[in-house]
Amino acid sequence: MKILVAVKRVIDYNVQIRVKDDGTGVVTDNVKMSTNPPDDNAIEEAVKIKESGKAKEIVAITIGEEKAQETVRKALAVGADRGIHVKVEGIVEPLAVSKILQKIVDKEKPDLVFMGKQAIDDDCNQTGQMLAALLNWPQATFASNINIKDKSLEVTREIDEGLETIEVKIPAIVTCDLRLNEPRYASLPNIMKAKKKPLEQISASELGVDTKPRIEQIKVEEPPKRKAGIKVSSVAELVQKLKNEAKVI
Amino acid sequence: MSVLLIAEHNNKELKPFTLNAVTAASQIDQDLHVLVIGHNAGDVAKSASNIPLVKKVIHVDNPIYENYLAENFTPVIVQNSEKYSYLVCSANTFGKNLMPRVAALLDISQISDIIKVISSDTFLRPIYAGNAFATVKSNDQKKCITIRPTSFEQAESSGGSAEIITSEAKENYEESKFIKKEEVKSDRPELGTARVVISGGRGMQSGDNFKLITQVADKLNAAIGASRAAVDAGYITNDHQVGQTGKVVVPDLYIAVGISGAIQHLAGMKESKVIVAINKDGEAPIFSVADYGLEADLFEALPQFLEELNKLNTIQK
Ligand SMILES: Cc1cc2nc3c(=O)[nH]c(=O)nc-3n(C[C@H](O)[C@H](O)[C@H](O)COP(=O)(O)OP(=O)(O)OC[C@H]3O[C@@H](n4cnc5c(N)ncnc54)[C@H](O)[C@@H]3O)c2cc1C
Ligand SMILES: Nc1ncnc2c1ncn2[C@@H]1O[C@H](COP(=O)(O)O)[C@@H](O)[C@H]1O
Repeated sequence: MKILVAVKRVIDYNVQIRVKDDGTGVVTDNVKMSTNPPDDNAIEEAVKIKESGKAKEIVAITIGEEKAQETVRKALAVGADRGIHVKVEGIVEPLAVSKILQKIVDKEKPDLVFMGKQAIDDDCNQTGQMLAALLNWPQATFASNINIKDKSLEVTREIDEGLETIEVKIPAIVTCDLRLNEPRYASLPNIMKAKKKPLEQISASELGVDTKPRIEQIKVEEPPKRKAGIKVSSVAELVQKLKNEAKVI
Repeated sequence: MSVLLIAEHNNKELKPFTLNAVTAASQIDQDLHVLVIGHNAGDVAKSASNIPLVKKVIHVDNPIYENYLAENFTPVIVQNSEKYSYLVCSANTFGKNLMPRVAALLDISQISDIIKVISSDTFLRPIYAGNAFATVKSNDQKKCITIRPTSFEQAESSGGSAEIITSEAKENYEESKFIKKEEVKSDRPELGTARVVISGGRGMQSGDNFKLITQVADKLNAAIGASRAAVDAGYITNDHQVGQTGKVVVPDLYIAVGISGAIQHLAGMKESKVIVAINKDGEAPIFSVADYGLEADLFEALPQFLEELNKLNTIQK
């Protein structure tokens, strides 16, 4: 079995982002970047499946500017075999990402595509479902457990009401939740080895995909700030304030 | 120009968030139609037709729609999409799973999770876990939009009498199969719509200790929430998680107990009207958004809180 894993480079989740003064976006210069957190879970799951002998090859792919390669290198360092970088500048919307992934799937013919459930920068939560639509494949989204059967997967999905289990035939798309597994760290020797693993570079135009945004970002601004609150000194004071001042109990 | 809203329901009742989506959809365009896809879901179609803002209900009924699968719902929506300028649904796990599958087939770049309708093609949406707001304009002819339900009031649910028409089912999608749903049933108000929410974090130390939270919740008729760390640790089930990758809540009163206030948690609760934080670390970031902060050990504070509440006899239900 072959697994394709999509990894996106985003501002690290620990960074308190800042909005640019001119309202064109958020500050990314000199800001720590990392792999989108659930994409680490996607890679981890693929590596575990390979370790169990059920997969032969893991291909990691990213779409973005030159530096996005770092995320592929990291995936190679934790166990992916080969990398693909599709070079595009600027914002690439989930629709365009899914069209690029579709082209790669047509070429690579993986049995499974693993991705994160949501990118923590645009918070779109679209790409996996879109790719599944374009390929007419099943979609197991928000996965917190994957059980590989003969020609299918049994996937536990995190939904608003609790948990849901579905069975999807292979080939399928899975989008991963953070609770799926505990991603490993790359060891130094593996980071060194990863530098020698193959990483193919292609441009989106070579693939014939139009990546021009359909959505205009008119302005990015800070959300309204909450006004500072107070510290209360006792539970009795808290209850009194909630009752008489805030009038919420 | 009209809007087609995909209803979320359990074949018996409309899910309450559908009413919030109705409000948003009607702000986009007044000519609002609702699509009900289900099995033996006649009551749902009827209640959708009772919503005064709804002009028409399209009902598609077939055993294959007993359980919700995006793979099965999508062809029905695509088939009915032609006459509409907008396809909308709630940005919860139902709509997040469904709408992108529809959008891709129609070659539309979806706008997710809008919190405000600025004009018929321009919307406000949070990005970076709500640390920035983006004003975005869709240049697609037809638009696919998901709505953050808690950012819109619930529409009036009775008094209307929209026409109900039926439409054809599509073929079953054989490659995906529903197996089971483990739904956590409770008598408490729903987290998304509760007036009061009390949430516990890693500071609770165990699932057992959550009974301190439960007791206060009982007293305040509150829903119970949790941080991701509390869910990860197994103190409580995933449906309670509040935050960027959990639920968004906007109650009148949010009480965070033993929660540090990571940005991913704040993303799900910082629009609450009044926020209370109980934490023993005076430097915890949660205090920066709290209207009332109590620096205390929760194992002392929660029993006292319950005692004080018991002294009051005017708890609003
Ligand atoms: C991509 C991504 C998405 C995420 N999504 C979410 C999300 O949706 N929701 C979410 O909540 N988190 C989310 N997180 C995790 C988030 O970053 C934090 O790790 C998490 O919110 C921390 O939970 P906590 O506050 O319960 O735990 P901690 O940060 O460990 O805080 C525990 C707090 O309890 C206090 N405490 C301990 N003992 C006591 C006591 N006896 N009395 C009083 N106070 C006490 C401590 O002072 C501390 O402040 C996400 C992370 C990532 C990377
Ligand atoms: N530019 C990209 N390169 C690689 N993978 C991506 C890219 N954008 C999105 N993805 C994948 O799609 C998932 C969901 O992203 P989104 O739909 O933007 O929330 C991410 O977790 C990634 O796995």
